[in-house]
Amino acid sequence: MNSNLKKKVTTPLSDGPEWTFDLLEQYQTEIARVADFYRLDTYPNQIEIITSEQMLDAYSSVGMPINYHHWSFGKKFIESEQNYKRGYMGLAYEIVINSDPCISYLMEENTMTMQALVMAHACYGHNSFFKNNYLFKTWTDASSIIDYLLFARQYIEDCERKYGVEEVEEILDSCHALMNLGVDRYKRPQKISMFEEQKRQKEREEYLQSQVNQLWRTIPHKETESKKEKLKFPAEPQENLLYFFEKHAPLLAPWQRELLRIVRKVSQYFYPQKQTQVMNEGWASFWHYTILNHLFDEGLVTERFILEFLQSHTNVVFQPAYNSPMYSGINPYALGFAMFRDLRRMCEEPDDEDRLWFPEIAGGDWLDTLHYAMQNFKDESFISQYLSPKLIREFKLFNLQDYEQNPMLEVTAIHNEQGYMDIRQKLAAQYNLSLLEPNIQIVNVDVNGDRSLTLEYIPHNNVPLGESCDEMMRHVYRLWGFDVKLMEKKDNGKQVLLSKCPPEKPKES
Amino acid sequence: MAHFIDRRLNGKNKSAVNRQRFLRRYKSQIKKAVAESISKRSVTDTESSESISIPSRDIKEPIFHQGRGGDRDRVLPGNDQFSPGDKIKRPQGGGQGSGQGDASDSGEGQDDFSFSISMDEYLNLLFDDLELPNLQKTELQTETEFETYRAGFRAEGIPTNIDIVRSLRGAQARRIALTAAKKKKLKQLEDDLAELESNKPYDKALYAELLAQIEKLNYKIGRVPFIDTFDLRYRNFDKRPLPSSNAVMFCLMDVSGSMDQATKEMAKRFYILLYQFLTRSYDNIEVVYIRHHTQAKEVDEQEFFYSQETGGTIVSSALYLMDDIVKERYPPSQWNIYAAQASDGDNWADDSPKCGKMLRERILTYTRYYSYIEITNRSHQTLWHEYDSIDQQYENFAMKNIKQAADIYPIFREFFKKQTAG
Repeated sequence: MNSNLKKKVTTPLSDGPEWTFDLLEQYQTEIARVADFYRLDTYPNQIEIITSEQMLDAYSSVGMPINYHHWSFGKKFIESEQNYKRGYMGLAYEIVINSDPCISYLMEENTMTMQALVMAHACYGHNSFFKNNYLFKTWTDASSIIDYLLFARQYIEDCERKYGVEEVEEILDSCHALMNLGVDRYKRPQKISMFEEQKRQKEREEYLQSQVNQLWRTIPHKETESKKEKLKFPAEPQENLLYFFEKHAPLLAPWQRELLRIVRKVSQYFYPQKQTQVMNEGWASFWHYTILNHLFDEGLVTERFILEFLQSHTNVVFQPAYNSPMYSGINPYALGFAMFRDLRRMCEEPDDEDRLWFPEIAGGDWLDTLHYAMQNFKDESFISQYLSPKLIREFKLFNLQDYEQNPMLEVTAIHNEQGYMDIRQKLAAQYNLSLLEPNIQIVNVDVNGDRSLTLEYIPHNNVPLGESCDEMMRHVYRLWGFDVKLMEKKDNGKQVLLSKCPPEKPKES
Repeated sequence: MAHFIDRRLNGKNKSAVNRQRFLRRYKSQIKKAVAESISKRSVTDTESSESISIPSRDIKEPIFHQGRGGDRDRVLPGNDQFSPGDKIKRPQGGGQGSGQGDASDSGEGQDDFSFSISMDEYLNLLFDDLELPNLQKTELQTETEFETYRAGFRAEGIPTNIDIVRSLRGAQARRIALTAAKKKKLKQLEDDLAELESNKPYDKALYAELLAQIEKLNYKIGRVPFIDTFDLRYRNFDKRPLPSSNAVMFCLMDVSGSMDQATKEMAKRFYILLYQFLTRSYDNIEVVYIRHHTQAKEVDEQEFFYSQETGGTIVSSALYLMDDIVKERYPPSQWNIYAAQASDGDNWADDSPKCGKMLRERILTYTRYYSYIEITNRSHQTLWHEYDSIDQQYENFAMKNIKQAADIYPIFREFFKKQTAG
């Protein structure tokens, strides 16, 4: 990019270490200017200064400024508090919410440098990602989430008053357990609007109840229908368990259905975030790095500033090796940042290998390439499209194969010519949510018989379900109200019973 | 477009509700952990918070997740020694997964979930479901008396409460504020005038004008009042309610030579528990401490717990003293009277019948509840048998034997268990 578009100043902004609101404004203005220069398109920013105590609060409610009350949030709060007190976990200096306006939190204990870093990272990095990535555009509605949570909290509090805290807690427990299976993966959900919700809620209650009654009516309409038809219900396997229960569970009261809906909507809202962690963090890290260096080149920030920033940045993007005691998986910040930086390198200074592997982007405009990547990919496709051999060498990636039948583990690919494609493909697969989360769907409901529900688990690569099955089935049973069973479909097509609720009673003679 | 919002002064503890819910839900486990920890705390430790551990299998939130086994490929970073085709032994118990955000399998994790609860929460759990038995309303309970005390200053009040110094201070500040600019100008003009006068001849018209201006300024300055009603400050008084007691607890402790250090420790623990329980649950309670060996003495809390006196054992001395104090200061018609006695049971043999007589004829007639704990491993002696017969006859008497420190808390709970009906 033309560096003559950068300003040149003689007096840099103060680097604190104490921050003031004036100083924050000044830095914000400069960062916004640079972000604009790099065409980062963001929602308006709402930047909130909070204490570390409030940060702990934010942590336990997943950053949402409003949330309904539940004991699991209390447990998370206590856990975070303990970890923080023991020094295991530095409080993240950034929490940012996908909403319009985009809310981010600055901790009051941060130095001015850290505040600037958070602003660049969260208010411009994450913000632009939330606004422009296709997954977020398709699956979440940033302008209504806060309102919806407000509605949810009010509604839940009302229910607690009317029906009792414990009853509500029980239903919420079951909903939380099934949260990952309460998401539509293939259809775009309707836009949520708080006004609509409130207006139509009463209507919905009555309508849902009438629909449910319709389904379970076993008294035939006319005499000629005395022969019960074999109803295949559901017609196709249903992946969104919570949606199915909301619409069809026979014994839920209308308020319970509304709770299911609330948990479902919240889960839907968070659905894209799980699939874009590497990209999102990489994008935000790349931009905090680029923007702050840009400011340094212009002379707007001091050397002390840039040194403090670099130290923090290096810590964040550090990737320990597999055999290091600090290893805990692939650091999304490390991978994401490296990939975006690599993309820029391939555009600005491609070598022969780059031209061979990425002919469309090598030597092209790096800003265009980055924006295109950010908007149109998720973690899995991003890695599978853009992970370069150079990065594979840099991280010294290797693939370890762990097959059940083999007594030993085998290294099948390393960072050499033969291994690049394989590693790229395997690493991308690791971020494929549908391969990581168990594939459990509703396949049958015995409408005319004992009303029992059958779930089917189709394992991928023979990976079995974890030991939480029985407990989970109890939660499913609580929501459905009648017998439920979980089958596993083996490779040979046969179905095997994994768990049922209520469990088998010993036969009485 | 960015807005900064300072939320630091907003309510903290948004998670307080959630935390309370968590504590409520796991109350029984937490209570168990608390009961175990009480015996480990030091007698005098009343300030620090407590660290609690709950087995985490009780509080996990289940989800469907993948288990071990099957066919997996894992890409790992930092290859330092491997070539394609190398085989490695499978590590025991499975190694670290190459985690990826939330979607990784939820492993076993730690065995215990530990966290700390505050002193208040700890004591609440400790004394959950406990109450003083037979507490009856007395005539004093509903009346509250007030006392007045000084509480700062106000801008309004009655003349007797005017604080002169503060008022004058305010007045001076006001005068300075209102006249400072004028005085500065006045000085300026006077300087001009003096300069003009020093040059002869001088401009008469200018001189007259300056004089006029000076006079005007002086007039204005003079108009500012010395003191204004606005400046007055008054002393402020406030009322607070006097505690109106309706219960008194007598703590009788045997500190004779036969009580060894460990026994004294246990007695002290019991009393500390009792004290905490009373002060938390009841606003208006008084505690009277009586130590005795051959003689009884009413003491304060410090001496009760820490004094080193010792001697022989005459239990009745304590009972007589208690009776005297009740006669003097706590008429039973106005007070709920409770007593707790701790001893090792080793009383002067002749004295035990005297104790029994004292209790039957005097003390038990007006106490709501008298509890006796004997801290001993040995067989019971005369005092115990004497008390035993009283126990059969009187409802408001209870006795228990404590053998070791771990018994203290359960027995304490037994004494003060909440009555379920009536």
